[in-house]
Order: sequence, then C-alpha cells, then structure tokens
Amino acid sequence: MRVMIPSALRSYTDAGQAEAQGATLALLLDDLDRRHPGIRFRMVDEQGRIRRHIRIFINGMQEHDLARALRDSDEVIIAQALSGG
Amino acid sequence: MPAVRKKKTTARKPRNTTVLVATRKGAWLIHGDAQRKTWKIDGPHFLGHVISHLVLDPRDGRTLLAAAKTGHLGPTVFRSTDRGRHWKEAAQPPAFAKAADGGGRSVDHTFWLTPGPASEPDVWYAGTSPQGLFRSSDGGVNWKPYSIINDDPKFREWMGTAQDGTPDGPKLHSIIVDPRDARHLYIGMSGGGVHESTDGGQNWKTLIKGLDVVEGFGFDPLQPTFHDPHCLRLCPSNPDRIYQQNHCGIYRLDRPSDTWVRIGKSMPKSVGDIGFPLVVHPRDDNRAWVFPMDGSGVWPRTSPGGKPAAYGTRNGGKTWQRLDAGLPKQQAWWTVKRQAMCSDTQASLGLYFGTTSGEVWSSRDEGKRWNCIVRNLPEIYAVETAVFR
Repeated sequence: MRVMIPSALRSYTDAGQAEAQGATLALLLDDLDRRHPGIRFRMVDEQGRIRRHIRIFINGMQEHDLARALRDSDEVIIAQALSGG
Repeated sequence: MPAVRKKKTTARKPRNTTVLVATRKGAWLIHGDAQRKTWKIDGPHFLGHVISHLVLDPRDGRTLLAAAKTGHLGPTVFRSTDRGRHWKEAAQPPAFAKAADGGGRSVDHTFWLTPGPASEPDVWYAGTSPQGLFRSSDGGVNWKPYSIINDDPKFREWMGTAQDGTPDGPKLHSIIVDPRDARHLYIGMSGGGVHESTDGGQNWKTLIKGLDVVEGFGFDPLQPTFHDPHCLRLCPSNPDRIYQQNHCGIYRLDRPSDTWVRIGKSMPKSVGDIGFPLVVHPRDDNRAWVFPMDGSGVWPRTSPGGKPAAYGTRNGGKTWQRLDAGLPKQQAWWTVKRQAMCSDTQASLGLYFGTTSGEVWSSRDEGKRWNCIVRNLPEIYAVETAVFR
C-alpha cells in the first residue's frame, strides 16, 4: 500500500512516499515502523493516540481511529496539521 | 548517607572548550581555542527541532545526547558517538508505560539529561514533561521508566497538571547523582519540590524544609505541591553541599542537614533573588553564580529593569557581587533559562550563558568581564560546556 509521507518525516523514509502493509491503520503504521524504525513514535504516542499535530487521511477522509480496517487499494496520507500557522 | 568528605579537584590545563547550545529551533556547537579567545560556530544541527538539552558524556569525551522534538512530531533523543558529526535516533526514546485503559500519560518532551557516574559508564538519566524520570543503561539507545515516581499517586498529585507547571509544562529536572554513590540521587520537580533517594530510586525522601512558598495565599510549606525548585547544583568539590535557585529565592543545603538556608536574602532588594539558572564552582564550594530575573507582578521573566547581570558569591551566599561588565547597561529585556548557564573547568574559570534573545556570552575571568561570542541564534534553552577527547 502506498503511504504519503509529510516533509517532517522524510528523514526516516528519504522520500515523499513509502510502501507498507496492514489490515488496519495500526498494523500499517507498525509495518511502516519496521521498515523505517522510529517513525511511528513521532506520530503516535505511547498510549496509542495520534499526536496532536499529526493528521491521517484515508482516501481523502480524515481518520482518527487506528483500528480502522484497510484495503490494498486504499490511499493513506500522513500530514502535518496546519496548526494555525 | 555517605560520610562527609571533601573531594579534591584540580584545575585542568587549558584545553579547547566547546559550548553546546540547545535552542527552540536547533542546536549549535561553538568551538573555542585553548585561550577561549576565538570561537567557531558549527551548526545548525536539527534545524527546526526544539532542543531542550544537549550534553556531552564526560566519561568518554565524544558521545553527545540531544533531547529533541518538533512542533508536529513526538519527542525523541538523538545520539552521536563522534562529537556531533553524525547523529542516530534512540531506538526507544523515553515513554511512559502504556495504561490498560489508554488514558495514561505521554511524554511531550524530554527536558533534562544527566550522564551517570564514572562507575556506571553506560547509564544516563532523563527528566521529562509531563514529569517523569527515565533511565538508559546502554548509553542512551533504549530508555525505560525509572523508579516509582512516574506512577506513584503521591508523586502524581505533587506533579500537578499542565496548569501547575512552567508555560510549556511541568518539568522533572536537576537529576543529580552523588559522585560517591551511584544509588544516591536528587531530583527537582517544577512544581513538586526536591526529593532524594539513597537506594537507587526505590524510596524517596522529600527535601523541602526551610524553603519558602508564595506568600499571601495560605499555602502550606509542608506540602511539596507548593514548591518550585528551578535549578539544583551539587558542588563537585564537596558533594554534601547543594545550591538551589527556587521560585522563592536562592538556597543552600549542607548535608546531613535536611533544612535549606535562604542565602538570597543578602541580594540587593531592587534585584531580588528570583531566577532560573545557578552555577557552582568546580573546585570551591563557597563560590556560585546566579542570573536574577524579574519575578514581580505578572512575572515578566526579564532582566530586572532591563539591566542584565550575573551575581556571584565567594562565601557560600553571605554576600553577592554584581557582575555586569561588558553586558548591556539598559534596555536589554532578555533573561537566562534554568539550563542556559554553566562553567568550564579551567584555572581561571570560564562562565557561559545563553539568552532568550539568542546570544551566547562568555567570561574568561569568573564573571568579571563578559563578551558576546554569538548573536542571532533562536531562543536559547540550554548551554553546556564540553571538552572533546
């Protein structure tokens, strides 16, 4: 599955896109972390909450639930929140 | 408690000093020559990252740890084993234990880094916001929650919430390891008081006797909640002496006593004894320096009257001397944060501080004369010295 990576996280992926697999959003991020160690903790805290200034979109719709099921055809975009500036 | 014993420390031969500068927008290494007359700036490292602390491991003279986060991303720790040429992220940065109900705390940023003692070469400690104590036993690669503090209901109550801490969150800081005993620890909690463990963090004793609390509200001085130590420093030449810059004055503690003595009362009334940083002399336990700020009214957190100055004592705080030669005489409204003032170890002791307006100042003569060595950096959070090997 193709995952779009924001500029703040490209030090992990060296690219604006990355490949990862997972039946849910949580599993996708786990796989992304296996391929690019450390990237998940910068987006998701130790309690499993998406960090305050990180946004995740699936097929153009914002998703807050890491348990959300994914299909291979889904497009996942990770973005930095505008955060007022 | 180990017996009172003064440790003999000697001045080092002049060696090149590097000033490690952590700022709101990255880190810089400022390399000096042996005479501390010319300085070469190296950076930025981690441009755009909030760097709360950048510290050299004095045990190997080449490993650096940097506590980092960015506006969007979660916190982490970066590590260099080649004096800052290359950096690698910690495999497991400081993080609280996961709560079963998902409602547990998460680290916003690592604020303070302390290398362990010489007897424990790979040990590091970290203090975080929200307040937590963490330890690494592999040189800063993997971090784990340490001691009972992070989850103890009593400590959690003293730690307060985001509303009880400094503007960017309550902080656990000033982690001090007794150089004679690796299991003897001190910590400062802003807020939450000063605490000591003599068994490696399994049990803690509160050390707040003698400390004042904010007047006029009926706050109980026996409650750690009402105490806000800003900075604790143990004297390397006498590990039984600790100085403290507190929200409510400057103090000294001589163990085995557990009662702090307010030594800031002898500061000029027009300046007061409020501030954040405090530096102790590495070889003379009667000498220390502070950098007062305006803590009146709405707490402007600026130099009092716009006239910045360090103050130094040569007699354990009985008297203080104003040290402002070379500093702006007026209309300078910056101040110095709690980790942003330090010394080197040379015979004529060098002092250094970084300002909230991005300047680094140094003195080669123990504060008698100050020179600005770097301008126009971002807001400075921490300044440490390093002698690389």
